[in-house]
Amino acid sequence: MDKKTIYFDNAASSRMDERVLEAMKPYFFDVYAVATSEFGYSLGIEAREALDLARAKILSALGNPEGKLIFTSGSTESSNIAIKGVVRNLSGKKGKHIIVSKIEDFPVLNSAKSLERNGIKVTYLDVDKYGLVDLNQLKDSISKETILVSIQHANQEIGTIQDIKTIGEICDRNNVIFHSDATHSFMRIPFDLSKLSVDLLTVSAHTFHGPKGIGALFVREGVPVAKWIDGGFQEFDLRAGVENIPGAVGFAKAVELVTKEENETLRNLRDYLVEKIQNEIPYTTPNGHPEKRIPHNANITFHYVEGESITLHLDMKGFAVSTGSACFSKSLEASHVILGIGGDHERAHGSVRFTFGRFNKKEDVDKMVEALKEIVRQLRVISPLKGEKVR
Amino acid sequence: MKFPYSEKVLEHFRNPRNVGSIENPDGKSTEGSPACGDMVSVYIKVDEDTKKIKDIKFESYGCASNIATGSIITELAKGKTLEEAKNISWKQASDALGGLPKIKTHCSVLAVDGLRAAIANYEEKHGLIKEKIPTTKEIVLKRLKHVMNPLAGLDLVRTNLITGVKVENGTAEVTVNLPEEHQFANNIREEIVEKLESLWDIDEVIVNFSV
Repeated sequence: MDKKTIYFDNAASSRMDERVLEAMKPYFFDVYAVATSEFGYSLGIEAREALDLARAKILSALGNPEGKLIFTSGSTESSNIAIKGVVRNLSGKKGKHIIVSKIEDFPVLNSAKSLERNGIKVTYLDVDKYGLVDLNQLKDSISKETILVSIQHANQEIGTIQDIKTIGEICDRNNVIFHSDATHSFMRIPFDLSKLSVDLLTVSAHTFHGPKGIGALFVREGVPVAKWIDGGFQEFDLRAGVENIPGAVGFAKAVELVTKEENETLRNLRDYLVEKIQNEIPYTTPNGHPEKRIPHNANITFHYVEGESITLHLDMKGFAVSTGSACFSKSLEASHVILGIGGDHERAHGSVRFTFGRFNKKEDVDKMVEALKEIVRQLRVISPLKGEKVR
Repeated sequence: MKFPYSEKVLEHFRNPRNVGSIENPDGKSTEGSPACGDMVSVYIKVDEDTKKIKDIKFESYGCASNIATGSIITELAKGKTLEEAKNISWKQASDALGGLPKIKTHCSVLAVDGLRAAIANYEEKHGLIKEKIPTTKEIVLKRLKHVMNPLAGLDLVRTNLITGVKVENGTAEVTVNLPEEHQFANNIREEIVEKLESLWDIDEVIVNFSV
């Protein structure tokens, strides 16, 4: 890869921090045993200790809630275990209804759709123009049949933060299990799970400079999650498979490295970018909530142009971003998030997501906006859509 | 750096040829729609004696393969007779570009359709349709396959939105299974009218919304 790529797609993946790799290294080359061999030899004890320590550090970052943290292969697996695990355990006993929001990320949305094909009733909650779930609709949708509500903490594309405190209270009052996907909020905004009625929470290391292939699911004490991956007795007998100890150690290290100051820096960079684009490029619409949003995400529609053309031009100039355009996705479907907030296809096709991370600099933002100005101008020249005013 | 497109595609994407519109074109067309994604407009000027394409321009609201195909198709068509230009296929355009990713067929085929539609528009306007086939329900439906259902990103016919077609005494009447006040109703009406009004024996297009 070209070293000069300036990466503004940190919600998709992020460059791993060298300090994370240093922390992981001993668990590849020295302590390479699995934790389950602790009764066989001492190397296993060291492995077990490393795994427990990593778990404790991440739980501490979550506010030391009462419950278990299960390591998984990432957010996708965590959300699958949470949703399918609860449904498998309760659908025969309590009811056959679950509730999710329309703008969930694919692990939650497609788990729900898969369950729907197998006879589970699913309610897809609407969101307002900023992406906020309608809490009254949530209350009205809960019935005696409802076993699970899954509503994300922060949105993957537009960054809107849901009120998981109130949602948790609503679920609690109605005796419904609440799962939240916190992939895009964990470590970027403060929250304390010990003070929230969240029963299951999905997190992942890859969004804040940790390794890929490691995530976790928090399971509150007493929440009935059926074992999804069968095999040995690892992870409290809830998720079988050889423990990814280097991954867990790297995850915990990545957690340690994020600071409040860093998140402030990311917020400033983001605000700087949005202001610069709005001042220098005409016909743009910001997507997502103006205040209730994660600090490192901006999502902007550039009207009259198509997003894949913008991303490819930016890529040729060394900048990586992503778009909600249908042309960008393998499914050729426009972003369900932008459509979910009431945007039309044109708004989705022209939407570009910028997500910031530790290695981004203000000069990079300046350079990108310079490039973007010219790219959008050129694409509008050849667009049949713009009408007389832009010509 | 690595790209998902051939060098030729990238070159045409970076520097598209024959971009823009033509004032008072002899033939023009728009394929696709903003609501469903890619959109291409093609404008042609035709030499009346030789029936050769004197000038051709295109505009694109679309992804890289859409822009690149629009560009190559104008290069291929310029100077050709209408008959020759009509026969330019998607395969020829794709080959000239060094190949396109399979998933991008939909976006790139629009430019080829656009060229053919602009030529058809010229022929219809200039009374050049040799065999004057009377417009039938089938012909109307074939044309409506080029009008997108923005809700599904597929055309109106395939998504069963067309519930009635009547052709009688120069009037084409189309019924769309959507409420009149639907956000896309006006777009859809305009597109249907545009697609049908150039048919040689159609004087009036009526679009009804049935819900």
